[in-house]
Amino acid sequence: MSESILSVQDLKVNYGGIEAVKGISFDVPAGEIVTLIGANGAGKSSTLRTIAGLVKPKTGKISFNGADITGADPSSIVQKGVILVPEGRRIFPDLTVQENLRIGAYLRKDDLTDDLNWVYDLFPRLKERSWQAGGTLSGGEQQMLAVGRALMSRPKIIMMDEPSLGLAPLIVKGIFDIIREINKQGVTVLLIEQNANMALKTADWAYVMETGRITMSGTGKELLENDDVKAAYLGSGK
Amino acid sequence: MNTTLQPKKNKTGSYIAIVCLVVLYAILFVLDNFVTGSSMLMLMTVLRKGAIYSLLCVSMNLLNGFTGLFSLGQAGFMLIGAYAYSIFSIPRDQHDTVYQYFGGGAIKFSIAEEIGKLLGENAGNWLGAIVAIIIAGIVAAIFAALIGIPVLRLKSDYLAIATLGFAEIIRAVFQWNGLGVITNGSNLLRKYPTFADMKIGSLSFATVFPFLIVTVCIGIIVLLINSSYGRAFKAIRDDEVAAEAMGISLFRHKMLSFIISSFFAGVGGALLAMFQTTVAATAFTTAMTYEILLMVVIGGIGSVSGSCIAAFLYIACNEWWLRFLDKGGIGSVSIPFFRDGFRKVVFSVVIMVIVLFFSKGIMGDKELSFTGLVNKLKKRKAARIEAAQAQEEVDAK
Repeated sequence: MSESILSVQDLKVNYGGIEAVKGISFDVPAGEIVTLIGANGAGKSSTLRTIAGLVKPKTGKISFNGADITGADPSSIVQKGVILVPEGRRIFPDLTVQENLRIGAYLRKDDLTDDLNWVYDLFPRLKERSWQAGGTLSGGEQQMLAVGRALMSRPKIIMMDEPSLGLAPLIVKGIFDIIREINKQGVTVLLIEQNANMALKTADWAYVMETGRITMSGTGKELLENDDVKAAYLGSGK
Repeated sequence: MNTTLQPKKNKTGSYIAIVCLVVLYAILFVLDNFVTGSSMLMLMTVLRKGAIYSLLCVSMNLLNGFTGLFSLGQAGFMLIGAYAYSIFSIPRDQHDTVYQYFGGGAIKFSIAEEIGKLLGENAGNWLGAIVAIIIAGIVAAIFAALIGIPVLRLKSDYLAIATLGFAEIIRAVFQWNGLGVITNGSNLLRKYPTFADMKIGSLSFATVFPFLIVTVCIGIIVLLINSSYGRAFKAIRDDEVAAEAMGISLFRHKMLSFIISSFFAGVGGALLAMFQTTVAATAFTTAMTYEILLMVVIGGIGSVSGSCIAAFLYIACNEWWLRFLDKGGIGSVSIPFFRDGFRKVVFSVVIMVIVLFFSKGIMGDKELSFTGLVNKLKKRKAARIEAAQAQEEVDAK
């Protein structure tokens, strides 16, 4: 494992008395694809939202590149290079594709042409539709837009919350190809998935979350072959 | 590579827009100076009031349509603007008459006169009015900043109720006798410079002046909407969570939009004060806010040009075109239902029809653009030429 870029220690998150995340610790090594898998309500999304600053943690420490970002403003966290692709895509339906992309780079004041071209190279479909309103895109295109929008901030780490949600298998495969491609270009990826099979095949390192705790970890391959994981998430048990 | 990222900007469109503006101002100038008669009076009223309401609608649209904050405090900020303008503009020698129950008031100067002392009377007149209007906007913006801190943490309906409450409180406070030395209590503020005072020599600019101010203000709002800030406002409107995840500070941008919208509501209030020639806090009721909201809805939420068109149409219908319904009949034919107030009934029906059948308003969230118009015409011409060529080919065969 290379040096960790993002490290979470003993993170606890509460929603009005209900403990969603019950003290988890994990590291994301720089330049790798790390995935958190788990069932609904395991606390995966809460973990990502807390790292992004959208939710304040109860206790624990989140550090990015050595700097403490626990409970910081979402805008300052984005500026440091941590970006979240929210669950359910959440693109801006009334803005054009290009406006959506430009919003992704909102905190940057420099020239965006290179980055727009980069995103359009990754997703040629978006270039064709660059003057169309985001809401008129198909589900798969919206997911591309959500990823492209996040990339516009030039992140060091991109956190994706269930990118395969509600997409056809072929499109899901395309999305995972893109995730690998982004990773090859030097962006660390932290991925949350219910589609454990796909996620484990893609990931260099994986954690399994259950009811607010991390119960297992290992390389993607190890977990794919683990009987407990098979039984619980891959539907082909003992 | 670069050219594929931006659509080609058509300069013809902007030229046409500029020419139209110049022609408009020329017509207004002629109307102001060389056309008289009682029938013109109604037209001038509609033009002036329509221009003022255009600004008020656009400022409300900035908040409700572009930032997605459902605020109903417009009348409150207009009131503050109207009062700020008139308080600082009443000439020194009129203070005793206006503030007769409050010992001549507490503010012992008029901006127009102070500037007039420095730069001469004509400059004082114009600059004074403009400075007082800007001050009116600033005062409204300061109030917005103060109430924005607690109120903007609320969402949708709650925000609407809170801002509505604020407007009502302001209306009550301004009528309070305890503040009488400044606000003249529940009495009228009057004798301040109005549109009729906007002259150079014997030439009147009574309609040109409000159009000028409104054009500049709407121009600034349009620039803002098209800037990266405007994009952030629209992102917040579309999806707050996603906007926050992209690093847009929700509170800061909501505050910015609220303050700017209130600034222009204050400017609109000041212009309304000039139009009405007197100001009384009682007139700035919630009904006024609803009226503006109605125009915004009719014009299309999220469309600046829609707001302007709707404002002029609404004012024209309300003040002019539907007047005959109140007169007892058409010409000498008397019609039983046509009596005082019937205009309002018909008007309400018209509005219901619009809301039912044009639920997105006149313009939806599109803009009227000369560039688009030119492109459309060009396309049609090109299509016609193509069709003709095709026909020729067929004929040749």
